Amino acid sequence: MIATGQTLKAVEEVKGRSLWVDARRRLLRNRAAMAGMIILALITLLALLAPFFLPFAYDEINYDIIACAPNWWPAETVCRAPGHIFGTDGVGRDLFVRVLFGARVSLAVGLVATLVSLLIGVLYGATAGYLGGRIDGLMMRIVDVLYSLPFVFFVIILMVIFDRNFILLFVAIGAVEWLTMARIVRGQTLSIKQKEFIEAARAGGVGTPGIITRHIIPNVVGPVMVYVTLTVPGLILTESFLSFLGLGIQEPLTSWGVLISDGADQMETAPWMLLFPALFMAVTLFSFNFIGDGLRDALDPKDR
Amino acid sequence: MSALLEITDFNVHFALADGDVHAVKNASLTIQEGECLGVVGESGSGKSQLFLAAFGLLAANGRATGSVKYRGEEILGASPERLNTLRGSGVTMIFQDPLTSLTPHLKVGAQITEALMLHRKISRAEAQVRARDMLDYVRIPESARRLRQYPHELSGGMRQRVMIAMATITGPDLIIADEPTTALDVTVQAQILEILRALKNEKQTAIAMVSHDMGVIAGLADRVQVMRHGEIVESGNADEIFYAPKHDYTRLLLAAIPKADETPPPATAIGAPLLAVEELKVSFPVKDKGLFGKTRQLRAVDGISFSLHQGETLGVVGESGCGKSTLARAVLQLLPKSQGRVVWLGRDLDAHADIRKLREEFQIVFQDPLASLDPRMPIGLSIAEPLKALEPHLPRETVRGRARAIMQRVGLDPAWINRYPHELSGGQNQRVGLARAMIVGPKMLVCDEAVSALDVSIQAQIVELIRDLQKETGLALIFISHDLSVVRRLSHRVMVLYLGRVVELAPSAMLYTNPRHPYTRALLSAVLSPDPRAERAKKRELLTGDLPSPLDPRAQLTFLKSRLGEPDYRPKLEQVATGHWVAEHD
Amino acid sequence: MMRYALRRFLGAIPTLFVIITLAFFMMRAAPGGPFDSERRLPPEVERNVKAAYNLDKPLAQQYLIYLGKLAQGDLGPSYKNKDFTVTQLIGTGLPVSARLGLTAMALALLLGSFLGICAALRQNKWQDYSVMSVAMLGITIPTFVTAPILTLVFGIYGITLFGHDLSLPVGGWNGGAWRNMILPVIVLALPQTAIVARMMRGSMVEVLRANYIRTARAKGLAVGRIVLSHALRAAALPLVSYLGPALAAILTGSLVVEQIFGLPGIGRYFVQGALNRDYTLVLGVVICYASLIIALNFLADMMVAWLDPRVRLT
Repeated sequence: MIATGQTLKAVEEVKGRSLWVDARRRLLRNRAAMAGMIILALITLLALLAPFFLPFAYDEINYDIIACAPNWWPAETVCRAPGHIFGTDGVGRDLFVRVLFGARVSLAVGLVATLVSLLIGVLYGATAGYLGGRIDGLMMRIVDVLYSLPFVFFVIILMVIFDRNFILLFVAIGAVEWLTMARIVRGQTLSIKQKEFIEAARAGGVGTPGIITRHIIPNVVGPVMVYVTLTVPGLILTESFLSFLGLGIQEPLTSWGVLISDGADQMETAPWMLLFPALFMAVTLFSFNFIGDGLRDALDPKDR
Repeated sequence: MSALLEITDFNVHFALADGDVHAVKNASLTIQEGECLGVVGESGSGKSQLFLAAFGLLAANGRATGSVKYRGEEILGASPERLNTLRGSGVTMIFQDPLTSLTPHLKVGAQITEALMLHRKISRAEAQVRARDMLDYVRIPESARRLRQYPHELSGGMRQRVMIAMATITGPDLIIADEPTTALDVTVQAQILEILRALKNEKQTAIAMVSHDMGVIAGLADRVQVMRHGEIVESGNADEIFYAPKHDYTRLLLAAIPKADETPPPATAIGAPLLAVEELKVSFPVKDKGLFGKTRQLRAVDGISFSLHQGETLGVVGESGCGKSTLARAVLQLLPKSQGRVVWLGRDLDAHADIRKLREEFQIVFQDPLASLDPRMPIGLSIAEPLKALEPHLPRETVRGRARAIMQRVGLDPAWINRYPHELSGGQNQRVGLARAMIVGPKMLVCDEAVSALDVSIQAQIVELIRDLQKETGLALIFISHDLSVVRRLSHRVMVLYLGRVVELAPSAMLYTNPRHPYTRALLSAVLSPDPRAERAKKRELLTGDLPSPLDPRAQLTFLKSRLGEPDYRPKLEQVATGHWVAEHD
Repeated sequence: MMRYALRRFLGAIPTLFVIITLAFFMMRAAPGGPFDSERRLPPEVERNVKAAYNLDKPLAQQYLIYLGKLAQGDLGPSYKNKDFTVTQLIGTGLPVSARLGLTAMALALLLGSFLGICAALRQNKWQDYSVMSVAMLGITIPTFVTAPILTLVFGIYGITLFGHDLSLPVGGWNGGAWRNMILPVIVLALPQTAIVARMMRGSMVEVLRANYIRTARAKGLAVGRIVLSHALRAAALPLVSYLGPALAAILTGSLVVEQIFGLPGIGRYFVQGALNRDYTLVLGVVICYASLIIALNFLADMMVAWLDPRVRLT
């Protein structure tokens, strides 16, 4: 706290401790965030490798074992399906494969839609924030107007129009989320633009491109990263919500939302159909949230 | 009879993520009834934490041990209820930053009466009356109206008076004043100290005056304790500490304060000036409140002319809002001017000139050393950046070599080239700022409050460094500060600004010994010296009230009341002696 | 103040206009029309029906006709529910949705704030950690999972405590009986309560670190008094700006909840309407929701000005 500099004895070319290094160290020490990362990596790996090690295909129907419990299921059930560790669904498909397949879709929707929102949001927000003045005022006024739209309703209409197009789902959800991203990026850009070190760079003869690439972008990345990690789970939820309403992914493709929706229907007779997809989704969302919170605390330590 | 407050073997620890910090080490002190104890120390010396911890106001990660006795009663570790009846009643506090220390959404009146109603159990109506009397006592005009205002509607000086009123209204035995004047302008500081002195003399309230500034303590304290790195290194009565300091650190603190005889002689102006500024004006549009509020022009710089020669230092002084920083930025073409001319080496710097090329010739050092460095950039890169931007053809090795050389020159270890600003102290970061400005070999350097954020001992080192650099390179300097004593140490000539205009411009020696303008005189009389006898005896020329709003066109005529009939009139500069210019005044 | 309100009201008109236009043309861009899915009508009949609803005119003209009627407060007839106008349908559905949504919102704000303040006051202690873990659960588990689970527990299995039957009805409106509202309101309020609790904790922790809180403590005020009169207003500020998004989220959630619990709110009309190309009904619901959100945002801004005297409404 006091006079840290004076006590540091000079060694040949001391290696500096950048804010990134500091943040990484704090993040690595955050157990919840690390657990989140490991779990997320595991789920992703499982989802990607599922077809290579599982004996069932995601759309392999078997009418002999409709809605059967796994062998280890403790409660009394109508039928059992040996070899299906999560049991089977309403048309006898292997639930484990379907949950992992659903993971692919849900994670992909979350990530791609976040990237879409990131792209639009960063471009829009950074432009508004850097240009400032009237243009900024106008651009943010547009965002304000769009903010008062009930956006999920527009996604629903869009999904109806384009007949539940898979790709469009990404874009539509991303288009909903970019507003917040734009606001965050703009706010950050504005506040950094007013910092003295930007003025110092200008006084040192650095031109606008240099200021943007060397000073503004590196300082905006942190908060944006935090927001991105917290956006992914939100978008996974949005997708599952649309799927629940029957407006998302179409059979035989599946997502966690579809699986949960199916499972909820048969909850009384076949609770595993709800349990496993819901568990996977909840654990994933938990992980993302822990990582996001961890990142935020790591980048902006104020002993919360 | 026991002392009012007796602290013995007091220790404060903070548990931080990076380990334990021992903020106060074995501190012991006593305060008698009606006495003023000054506690001096630089930032991080633990002086504020000592008192916060003693009265149970420690942050959650802090831990205090030892003994704190109030009128013989042990209060360290007392129940929250006991502490709550003591705080605000027997012991009250005044904090440094009056804006953040007052609740923004509560009216001033409610905040003042709160403690009174709680501790003295009186009715709201009676409390209101007492609050009004108290505001009158701390000399706030229109006290009845002020009670209904919110803190942000008051000026900085007035807010601090509200803090004092709040701390005094319950009639405490002891007031702890933690850097009560640090955030204020010098003339306002003088007024606040006057009020505290009256409190002590008229109400016999004991005061613990915590400050980094020996001058603030000098006029008020009966006894003084000097703290460093959490330890009390010296204590004694005021005269002993100031006139016969025993500890090296105390001597260092006292030596860091500029003395009267340190004015450099006027520089001999040879040939054409480097820089000539003629009738420079900078104004900002300010929108009035409300839907159809008209946009008015805030004239931050309202017609300033001066010139600067090679090797010369021009000091620029004035209080917050006088336009001194705006002037610096306009001269350096970092802000657009509205009128007037800036002539650099005979060339008019207008919008057409290629300013970027010229940036090698004039550079700036900012006030806040940490804020003016990109936190994500190693200091070596920050230092080299202007060189890379202005001479892109230079090979990397040359740039690196020059960065290391300039680091060496400003007293930074070149091995630290890859360190980051947050790993360095304030003084070291300011050296980085200086290195960044000097690496391109400028002819002129503007220092905008460049040492104001630093501790006094560091301040002296940086001033010394700037002076050496000037001697070596023949640099011209514009040294901007609110602190008249620092300016005096460096400047050949001094220019005093008031609301965007020059009120006095003279060679240093002349200005400091023979100030002509009433504003300059008030500024100078507000300067505190580390000389208790002189401070106690001093007859002050206090300005009343606060700075008028620069939006008010008549504000310019504060010192020329006879011309108030012509609100657009601007006082003219008149030469009263060779090189000594003074604005018209009554 | 009046001038500000008037300005905001006038400002809402273009916003609404944009929303209506967007929604109108988006609906029409969809392939198919309201009368496609039914039995093949004889061409003549179909022409007559279309003419009756002005669907045979050019799109631009239809748009103008719609705007014209809207200006008179007429949302038009529903294409699918043939005997009703859109106004009638919304008139029956809105009270249900509004009661549900507002109750859920009030519950979320009160309970969430309370939990958040408790957690902030016990920062990094077990109370804090448990509140925050539960909040995390509330955020990550979607409503369409909590709804069936609660239904199962309270409705189908039934719970008896000390001889009291705690089972609750799992569906239907039953004229708005409070027992019927309990489960839907809880399901709807749960994620928002969690979000509010997290926000409140965050801002309260921040505010409690402010200098003016230290001043209040130095005055000898007790903790409860400090929280209520010095900290709460500042800490509630971010929450107020969240009111708009919260309402949007609750409206979205009500789509699911109304479907699961079989409640006759407007959310169901919307989903059905969108799937059936019932243009007027969908537009009507969108306009209704958008106006609600705009109104709430306005209210939120007024509240911000009240909470923070430094904010001037201009």
